[in-house]
Amino acid sequence: MTTLQAKQVSKSGAVHGGAGHNDADDGFSDLHPAYSTLQAMAESNRCLYCYDAPCVTACPTSIDIPSFIRKISTGNPDGAAKTILSANIMGGTCARACPTEVLCEEACVRNVAEDTAVEIGSLQRYAVDHLMARDLPHPFKRAPKTGKTIAVVGAGPAGLSCAHRAAMLGHDVVVFEAKPKPGGLNEYGLAAYKMTNDFAQHEVEFLMGIGGIEIEYNKALGKDINLADLKAKYDAVFVGVGLGSTNDLGLKGEDFPGVDDAITFIEKLRQTEPKSDMPVGEKVIVIGGGNTAIDAAVQAKRLGAEEVTLVYRRGAENMSATEFEQDLAKTNGVVVRYWAKPVAIKANGKLFGMEFEKTELDANGKLVGTGETFDVRADQILKAIGQKIKTDDLAGMEIAGGKIVVDESYQTTAPGVFAGGDCIKSGEDLTVQSVEDGKQAAIAIDAFLKSA
Amino acid sequence: MADLSCKIAGIDSLNPFWLASAPPTDKKYNVVRAFEAGWGGVVWKTLGIDPPVVNVSSRYGAHHDQNRRLLGINNIELISDRPLATNLQEIRECRVEYPDHVIIGSMMAPIEERAWKDLAQQIAESGVHGLELNLGCPHGMCERGMGSAIGQVPEMVEQVTRWVKDAVDIPVFTKLTPNITNILWSAEAALKGGADAVSLINTVNSIVSVDIDNMVPEPVVDGKGTHGGYCGSAVKPIALNMVAEIARTPETRDLEISGIGGITTWKDAVEFMALGSNAVQVCTAAMIYGFRVVDDLIDGMSQWMDDKGYTSVEQFTRAAVPQVSDWNELNMNFDTKAVINPDNCIECGRCHIACEDTSHQAITMTSKPEGGRLFEVVDEECVGCNLCYHICPVPDCITMEPVKTDKPPMTWPEHPLNPMRMAAE
Repeated sequence: MTTLQAKQVSKSGAVHGGAGHNDADDGFSDLHPAYSTLQAMAESNRCLYCYDAPCVTACPTSIDIPSFIRKISTGNPDGAAKTILSANIMGGTCARACPTEVLCEEACVRNVAEDTAVEIGSLQRYAVDHLMARDLPHPFKRAPKTGKTIAVVGAGPAGLSCAHRAAMLGHDVVVFEAKPKPGGLNEYGLAAYKMTNDFAQHEVEFLMGIGGIEIEYNKALGKDINLADLKAKYDAVFVGVGLGSTNDLGLKGEDFPGVDDAITFIEKLRQTEPKSDMPVGEKVIVIGGGNTAIDAAVQAKRLGAEEVTLVYRRGAENMSATEFEQDLAKTNGVVVRYWAKPVAIKANGKLFGMEFEKTELDANGKLVGTGETFDVRADQILKAIGQKIKTDDLAGMEIAGGKIVVDESYQTTAPGVFAGGDCIKSGEDLTVQSVEDGKQAAIAIDAFLKSA
Repeated sequence: MADLSCKIAGIDSLNPFWLASAPPTDKKYNVVRAFEAGWGGVVWKTLGIDPPVVNVSSRYGAHHDQNRRLLGINNIELISDRPLATNLQEIRECRVEYPDHVIIGSMMAPIEERAWKDLAQQIAESGVHGLELNLGCPHGMCERGMGSAIGQVPEMVEQVTRWVKDAVDIPVFTKLTPNITNILWSAEAALKGGADAVSLINTVNSIVSVDIDNMVPEPVVDGKGTHGGYCGSAVKPIALNMVAEIARTPETRDLEISGIGGITTWKDAVEFMALGSNAVQVCTAAMIYGFRVVDDLIDGMSQWMDDKGYTSVEQFTRAAVPQVSDWNELNMNFDTKAVINPDNCIECGRCHIACEDTSHQAITMTSKPEGGRLFEVVDEECVGCNLCYHICPVPDCITMEPVKTDKPPMTWPEHPLNPMRMAAE
């Protein structure tokens, strides 16, 4: 963690552990507090306004970062927001949730000589929040109506991004969402301290401001709606269903009370207010090495768990969680144990722990158990070992490697059906990638409808 | 530590740093604080004939950079608004309490012989080391026939200088306005009038900004604004040129110069002195940061002198003057090229786009096999303009390196492509 990041974490109250910090709600304020105007002016002036900037290349949605930062520095934050939103309609969420340290900010040329990137994420949030706080008309206009209607399955980042761009291109859109609220993982999956003040819902309201988008809730694919009907009724279909299922440990007792998916835990926490109403174990084990594992571990700790142990089967360098997230876990008092895999869930009428076997790489580089075991006590176990697609709802589309197969124009093997987001194999499973998928798919659908 | 003492117009000063005639030298309280901070002298805020002027409220406008650093201030304040007797009494006290520090009395009067002479004598009797004639303020006072209204007419500059020289026997500095077409005309007039030195520049006539919500120039006085005097680091280049012109022109080069204009750092002061100033005056830097800035002015200059082996300020005063020349004396056969050091390059691309869009398309941008971007100068296209060198955010990444040539120096008047030369043949 850089000094600056450490400062931000401490400013946000993210570093706990001191006596008197027993109010769980404190731990769910902004991880990175919003910039003041003074901070935004100072930081925007650090941007060198690079030409053909590396940060733009590093952004999956190719936001024109130097241009928007320059607009902040000239006192034009709403213009900055439009520059951001024209490339990424969920620029507000991405500003909060993107692992900028491995995307735009990693590419920042300020790292080279000074080792401190321009804080692009914070500047982006400043601009988008500035615009969204004003009661202005929606900043984008719709093209003349095409008379076509597109069905979008899933009101997550991919689906809503697709819907917005399609509406902008003149199409009408009906979005079908399985849950009672829109936003997908923005609403249900991101850590609470990254998405404070109901931001996901505000963002959806803002996005819907373009007009031409209708959302039908509690409409799950394969249950309430099916692809064949959608294909028949609409001019094109976009599938942005994400990954509806999770991987199992394959151990006995996995359905024992107290053993949960980290995703489910976070989803419940996101929907609980005040956060202190959310039950949490005294001793919690989190299994996994991704950002979801870190999110679950840190939030469990902030909810008041006495001990949180994160166990990962390989080393720190193999974790898919970014260095910043790993540091966040440590500064929040999460005990991280590497090179161990779970072998048994321990319960005696009541969950009381887990047995692990130490692991190592054999001569061929294959991960193997060493035979040496140890126990960790726990009354709650959270599994964060990856998600997988729910294939049973996706009849008629080829699935490969656990993802829907799409061509370069985001079309699945079912003609007229497009897909994007975590359910396809594009970049990383990140909000920002889903937004890009949705945007590009909408452009592809537009071309498809014009050529039809 | 190098000796910073200096002499200008026959006046010995502890160091070359004086506070210019302006709000910071308005009264004894400020002047005492300035002397305690280390300033070698002050030019007291301009004194006029009683009754004192009345100043408006809302007096300064500002030119900021995007980081809210002040590049320049403009002001619409007039001369001292306190009774003459009060000012003179305080000057007397300061002279007694700080006998080693210089106090110059700045003055202004309507264009009448008696007015200038009487006022000059009264101020001289207070014990000041010299007088400075304010012929420069471009706002307010000029509407009453004073300040730049006098300074813009060389004959009046000469006349006023002569009146004061005849009236007193202490050194006289004639302060010049930059709001003229040719500084040499004013400088020559001051010399003819008998000035011991010239002080320049006074403020530049300006409107510094407009309140675009209310459509009024700033500073705003009850819904209206007026032009004012611009100062601060933004005016330094204008001042440096005027100082150099006086110092290098045979007709005016014997004038001693008190250099003024945006001096903020010790390096600025060295530059003013290298181009012809015997000492310098500072105002805006003190107004922005307080009198304490003199600490680094003194420390930085003496450190630099030690590093360079100078033991007195006279050794570098005017040292750059011989190198200031007319464009026609420049060597047309000199050639310099930009060289980009890839080890220092942070790959921002600014040099490329600046050259590509606005210069000579002499910097290429290509992808490195190992990733990243490589910026290279195309020597055949590079005219040595220095643009990339100036805009590069990394010091020493781009350098300008002279090309070795066998060609002898050749000026434009000697150049075969000069049509005037061809016509003469």
